[in-house]
Amino acid sequence: MAAAEILSMAAFDEGQFAQAFPSFGSERMGAPVVSYCRIDDRPIRTHEPIAEPDALIVQDATLVHQVDLFSGLSSETYVLVNTSKSFEGLGLSEFASRFRQERVLTCPATALALEHLGRPLPNAALLGGFAALTGRVSLDALEKAVGERFPGPVGSANASAARAAYKYVVDEARIERNRGVEARAAAD
Amino acid sequence: MLQQIEGSQAVARAVACCRPEVVCAYPISPQTHIIEAIGVLVRTGELAPCEFINVESEFAAMSVSIGASAAGARAYTATASQGLLYMMEAVHNASGLELPIVMTLANRAIGAPINIWNDHSDAMAASDAGWIQLFAETNQEAADLHVLAFRLAEELSLPVMVCMDGFVLTHAVEQVDLPDQALVDAFLPPYAPHQFLDPTDPVSIGAMVGPEAFEEVKVLAHLRQLDAIARIPELAAEFEGVFGRPSAGLVGAYRTEDAETIVVGLGSVLGTIKDAVDGRRLSGERVGVVGITTFRPFPAEEVRRALSGARRVVVVEKAFRVGGGGILSGDVTLAVHDSAITVHTVVAGLGGRPITRRSIESILASAANGGLEPLSFLDLDNAVVERERARVLSASPPGLTGAASVYRRPPPVATPVTATP
Repeated sequence: MAAAEILSMAAFDEGQFAQAFPSFGSERMGAPVVSYCRIDDRPIRTHEPIAEPDALIVQDATLVHQVDLFSGLSSETYVLVNTSKSFEGLGLSEFASRFRQERVLTCPATALALEHLGRPLPNAALLGGFAALTGRVSLDALEKAVGERFPGPVGSANASAARAAYKYVVDEARIERNRGVEARAAAD
Repeated sequence: MLQQIEGSQAVARAVACCRPEVVCAYPISPQTHIIEAIGVLVRTGELAPCEFINVESEFAAMSVSIGASAAGARAYTATASQGLLYMMEAVHNASGLELPIVMTLANRAIGAPINIWNDHSDAMAASDAGWIQLFAETNQEAADLHVLAFRLAEELSLPVMVCMDGFVLTHAVEQVDLPDQALVDAFLPPYAPHQFLDPTDPVSIGAMVGPEAFEEVKVLAHLRQLDAIARIPELAAEFEGVFGRPSAGLVGAYRTEDAETIVVGLGSVLGTIKDAVDGRRLSGERVGVVGITTFRPFPAEEVRRALSGARRVVVVEKAFRVGGGGILSGDVTLAVHDSAITVHTVVAGLGGRPITRRSIESILASAANGGLEPLSFLDLDNAVVERERARVLSASPPGLTGAASVYRRPPPVATPVTATP
């Protein structure tokens, strides 16, 4: 929920309308949870859950073969999965191939969080990755929102995790792009 | 100040700006974040003078609120669901004693089976308890209606319940223009009780009334509640003058000018219904929405006027009378009784089932082609209901029904036993 909330704060900060809300069960630490975020340039009136997301962030890659995480996705959906593995390593190469290649990515957010926060809390890093992948919010707005949500050193550590993930995704995207160029060159 | 904030936090801040002197509540989901936040504001001294009283139950929470209010303090509490039921005896006392307590109800279903999610069963269970009931469509309205509620409660000397959808609003992070303290102070004067318990001038309130006067007392309470119907629009206009943004009042209409079909609803579902109406309008259907903010007292005349141009009305409600039918639709039907308008009841969103734009649009489509029943249940799994009905009716003696059966493994097929002659 913190991730959806921070994302909505960043979008709000950029003058957009945003709504974040969790899907509740009888919660306990570590249980699988879903949260939602809508961003729009008009006021958001509906409060129904999002069944067909434009973007999906998977925080816990161990869920991918246990829970149906991927219903309602289209070939246009952005997908960002928190893992140090590749889609192939997760057994999801076929799944990943259904999307536009520049919109689907893995990102080692937990590893980056451990490096920058010393704790395995990937929220901010994933949002940094999301910002880089989709361009829907800026890294600046995200860092500001992280700082508002977690004042002090915790906030700045999270902000640097977000920055690191942003850079990771930008670099990955460049590599992917280059690969695409090479592939096309080879085809020519 | 415009902020991206959780609904519960926004309400806590709005309530704090109203300067309650006693806050007494018992935590229950989904109300918890509100009173936790107010507790913090009291502890840090941001809300002062105010006494936050921890109690052992909701019954005590309302009883302490009654005591505080009767002693002349501005009193606030909040609850939900079973918590409201547990305080119910005192809820009636608060209105009977004409004490202007303000209570947030973070609407949630009522068990059994246990369910922590949103519907309006709790508010409906208290709709005849003598309280004014206001329903918020958005978190902005939830925050603003609390400010209006204190003013209204204290002017009329009646308790007011502000209903906001549990989780859907309480836990949603959205932008809210938080009421500014100076403006709240301008709108809401310090509490001047109509009556209060004063040890130097002792009186009794709520003493016994026998058959010779009880009916008159109840009619007076009824008339006093109806006074709110005239007062609420005036206060809403005054609110807009002070805060510079409109306040919800009795009823709100959306795209009803030429509407043949009007959907009526309470609370946050109105947003989804408005989106659905926009969708149907694109294909040329003449549909609109009437949202009811003030549910008690029921503004029958205003509702009648808002619906007067329609051929049919579809009431979408998040609660119903088991063994009866719609609750809100009963009031709506009465309001339009002298017209040719057909009223349909669609019960929806029970126990937190999402109400989607797609489903609302499908209701509007059925209504347009005459296929909508007088009473229906949105997105009902008919197969489960029919299977279960068949099983229960064929069992001898009749088996369990409802949750007890749906969640139980099917019984083994009985082996026929031949009785020995």
